Formats: sequence, C-alpha cells, structure tokens
Amino acid sequence: MKEYSIAQLEKKANEIRQDIIKMLVKAGSGHSAGPLGMADVFCALYFAVMNHDPKNPGWEERDRLILSNGHICPVRYAAMARVGYFPLEELKTLRKFGSRLQGHPERKKLAGVETTSGPLGSGLSQAAGMAYVGKYIDKKNWRVYCAMSDGEQEAGQTWEAAMFAGKNKLNNLTGIIDRNNIQIDGYVEDIMPLEPLRAKYEAFNWNVIEIDGHNIEEIIDACSQAKATQEKPTCIIAHTIPGKGVRFMENKFEWHGKPPKPEEAEIALRELKAIGAKITGIRK
Amino acid sequence: MANPKAYLSPEVFSKDVKKTPTRNGYGEGLVIAGEKNPNVVVLCADLSESTRSEYFQKKFPERFVEVGVAEQNMASLAAGMALVGKIPFISSYATFSPGRNNEQIRTTIALNDANVKIGGAHAGVSVGPDGATHQALEDIALMRVMPNMRVLYPCDAIEAKKATKAAAEIEGPLYIRLAREATPVITTEKTPFKFGKAEIFWSASGRSADVTIVASGPLVYEALLAANKLQKQGISTEVINNHTIKPLDQKTILASVRKTRAVVTVEEHQVAGGMGSAVVEMLAKNFPVPVEMIGVQDRYGESGNPEELLDVFGLTSPFIKKAVLRVLKRKQP
Repeated sequence: MKEYSIAQLEKKANEIRQDIIKMLVKAGSGHSAGPLGMADVFCALYFAVMNHDPKNPGWEERDRLILSNGHICPVRYAAMARVGYFPLEELKTLRKFGSRLQGHPERKKLAGVETTSGPLGSGLSQAAGMAYVGKYIDKKNWRVYCAMSDGEQEAGQTWEAAMFAGKNKLNNLTGIIDRNNIQIDGYVEDIMPLEPLRAKYEAFNWNVIEIDGHNIEEIIDACSQAKATQEKPTCIIAHTIPGKGVRFMENKFEWHGKPPKPEEAEIALRELKAIGAKITGIRK
Repeated sequence: MANPKAYLSPEVFSKDVKKTPTRNGYGEGLVIAGEKNPNVVVLCADLSESTRSEYFQKKFPERFVEVGVAEQNMASLAAGMALVGKIPFISSYATFSPGRNNEQIRTTIALNDANVKIGGAHAGVSVGPDGATHQALEDIALMRVMPNMRVLYPCDAIEAKKATKAAAEIEGPLYIRLAREATPVITTEKTPFKFGKAEIFWSASGRSADVTIVASGPLVYEALLAANKLQKQGISTEVINNHTIKPLDQKTILASVRKTRAVVTVEEHQVAGGMGSAVVEMLAKNFPVPVEMIGVQDRYGESGNPEELLDVFGLTSPFIKKAVLRVLKRKQP
C-alpha cells in the first residue's frame, strides 16, 4: 500500500465528499448526512489503516470491513472507487437499475463490500463471526472492522453481538460507531438515549476509545491502539458532524435520509471545493 | 405395497417399530459432516442437548460455538463465518430459528447467499406438553418463500442423518426441519436419499394407483399406515416421501399425479404456505386436480401428549384415510 501524508488523506476525504454529493444528486434519492460525516473515517480506513488490495478484493489475507448501517454506502462506494476498486465513472450509477452500486450494499453485486447490509443491527454480529473464525479457528492475522451508526445501538442484536465479542475477547475486531446523534425521526438522545455509551461498551468487556471522527490522525491512532490491544475488542466512538463539510446540512437530522436538489448540490460542491483548496498540509 | 426399491424397514407396520427423534439423526449427521469437512462449524443458542448439537460439541469442541439465548446474533454470526469460508450449522428450536431471527436469515444469510445451514428442532404440534409457544407450525412457509433458501424435512432419524450430511455438501443457505418426539424409523441405511429427489415409498401392486399421497416428515409413517389400510379395502395409493420441499421434485410428483389425478398432502405444519401449498402451487400450473390437505388448519398448538395432539389436530392415519376417500369422490371420472 502506498503511504499518504495526513494532508493528502484530508484531500482525499474532501474528494470523497464531493463524490458523495455528485452521486446523490444524480441518484435523486439516498442519504446525505451520514456519508458526509463518515468520509474521514472511510478515507483513513481505505487509504491508511486496512491491509487490502483493491485489485484483488477476494484476497484471503485482507482485513475485512463490514458496513453495518448500509444506508451510508455512498461513502464506502466513493472511498472504494478512489482507492481503485472500480472506476470513478461508475459512481454515477448509484441506485440505478442494473448498477453494482445498490441503494443498500449487496455482497453479490459488488466485490469488496464483504456483506449485504441495510436492516440495522446485524453488522456487528457478522463482523464478530468473522473475527471468531480468524482468531480461534483459522488463526489468521487479518482484522475485522465494523462501521456502525449510533442509531443502531438501539437495536438489541447489537448488544447480543457486543456480549459475544466481549466474552470471546475478539481483539481482532474493531467497531467504529458514527456518533453523530441523528437518526431518521430526530436526535438520537431524544429518540432513545444511548449515554453513557462508553460505559456500556466497557461493561461488555470492550476497550473504548473516543475520538474526533474528523481528525484523520486520531482515527489512525485509535485503530493502531486497537491493533495493540490484547484480550478485548475495541470500540471507537467517533464523534462526527452529520453532513460535515456542507454548512446547510451539518447537524440537521432532516438531512439524514434525503439527497440534495441540483441547486443545493451546487452550493454544497462550491463549499467543499473551497475547503479542499485550503488543505495545504502546512500547519499554522 | 411398500416399494421394494425404497428398502423400508421391515418393521414399519410392526407394533414395536423402533422410534427415534429426527433431531438425533441431525446430531449424528453433524458429526459425520464434521469428520468429512474441517470447515463445518456448529453454533447453538443454549439448546445443545435438545438439538443434539452436543454430539458435535463433544467430538469437535474447537468448532462448536455457544452463543447463549441470542438467535438473531447466531444467524448473523454464522453468516459472517460463512463469508470467511466456514460451513456453519445453527441449531435451535424452529420457533426461534427461523422464527425469531427471520429477518437476519433473510438479509444476512439468504439474500447474502451465505453458506449457512439452519437446523430447526421441535417443529410441529408433536412437541407436546411445552405448548403453542414452542410448536413451530409456520417455519416451512417462512423458509420456502426466501429466494436462495433450500428446505429439507426428513421423515425419520436415519433420513435426518443423511439430510444433514448432504446439507454440508450443498453450497448455499438451507433449512432442515426437525422434530422433538421419538417417531418410527421407517427407512434403512439402504433407502435412497438424494437432495431434491422425492422417493416413492408405497405403490399400487399390479395396477395404477387411485390417489397420490405426498407427505413430508415423520407423518410419512402415518401416510404409510393409511395406505396399508386402504389397500386392504381395495383402494390403492402411491405414497411419496417428499423430503425436499424446496426445490420441489416436480418430475416425480407430476408423474404420479398424471396417473392418479387425485392428491392428498400430509404435513405437521399450517396448511397455508407449507409443503402442501408448494405441491398445490405446482399442480395448479401444470396439472390441476382435486387435492385434500392434511395439516394444521389456521390455529396454534397447545399442551398435551404428542399422540393425543396429532389426533386432535387431525394428522394421523384415520384422517389421511378419510381425506383419500374424500378426494376420490371429487376425482373426475
């Protein structure tokens, strides 16, 4: 894998955000806030953290990334295209008939998405199943990452999986929660409060790291700490801003499940380009 | 007469026919599958003794995973394991799996086309004293409606063993329906078993049969009892052991029905959506004839002893016999 500087990664994340806007406006449906909020995490995973080969998605020794909250798949598709899994051009086909880029990801349609997801709460179980095999049965070095939403922490199955992973000390498993505090019907802490979320995972025998989900250095560091952790799975609570990078979308749950209209997309892209131009890598 | 090519147990019609629960055959089949293939793993949700997955656990503890009372997690854990090359069997009661975890099976196993096998024990009213909550009567319907899913319903413990072994060799999602109660062992090791191939267990001697009886699961025994009695009354039937409900063996069933032009289906499941429904759907399209369906008629089970319940729900040989007589009356001359 090529190595990137933090500034280069920030630039990539900015490009991924622009891709997301372009894909969504073209699709005419889909989710905006979540994908934009997780662009830094996915960029870090695909360009810096994970051991994988875009030209060989079935490589057996690869790290696995399960996207549990399948509805934020535009960020995954964009990151995959940017890192070389398929041509950028194909991003335009999101949600269209015949496309490999289904509205919610499907394993059999697109190599590299690892599993089919959408209905919330089942990703962590699948990731734990993989990690169990990797650790105890096949005794392999590959790791499993599972991106989750905070809303799906309301689902009982998430905690069944958390209990299983904690009991079995799956230190090859890293869960990353997009703690953006929005879900379809409102703010997560209003709909069904999760706090204290850190204490909940700790009580389930997990190592918990809280980070700024837009700080790429912190994301990479947290994943390295997870790798170095023995005897426990790690839960990274990534505090993010839903709609990050597009001011009129930021922190608004109304943008959870809708795409921008063409004129809104124009404004969004202008803002994102302006941010992109400021990424120089020179620290002030 | 019993079809000689089916090599049924010579004890079928004897009073002291050997009885073993089909779930025992599942447990034995798991061990055989585990010996043949190191990728076979077994998961269980706090029912290892009941589902007989403990046979596997004792033999291969390193490939047995206890998940606790968490059937939804179990289904998706298994999906994840399958996606990294394992052949997981998940074991529980059918009301919980594929009942409680139905959506997890749909998305993470069936749509995902993950190589997971679902063993659903304690299906049918013959579960007995535990009552309605534990008597799965909808599971065939839940499973056969899902694309990519195969559905097996073995008629006795020996067939359950063969079916379980075969399941490990079939690539893709599969459901095996199992029963709690000890039921007659009607087949032998020599009885043919091929996934997707229904077997004729009873046929008319010297002339064409009057009625086709398509049965699945331990009630195949009751169908044979009915056939035997009817033959003594001069009514000849062909009894098909339809162990593979999906994909349905259209060829074998149609060949029989084209001769008899009258059908009785027999299963310990709701008549809506079950094996009989699968047969009726196929016949409606290909060769519509009168059909009588033996099964549970849109109600839940209840506590009682198994034999008593099978009678109360109208699933035993006298009811099958009556159904044959009814369908004969409806038959076009």
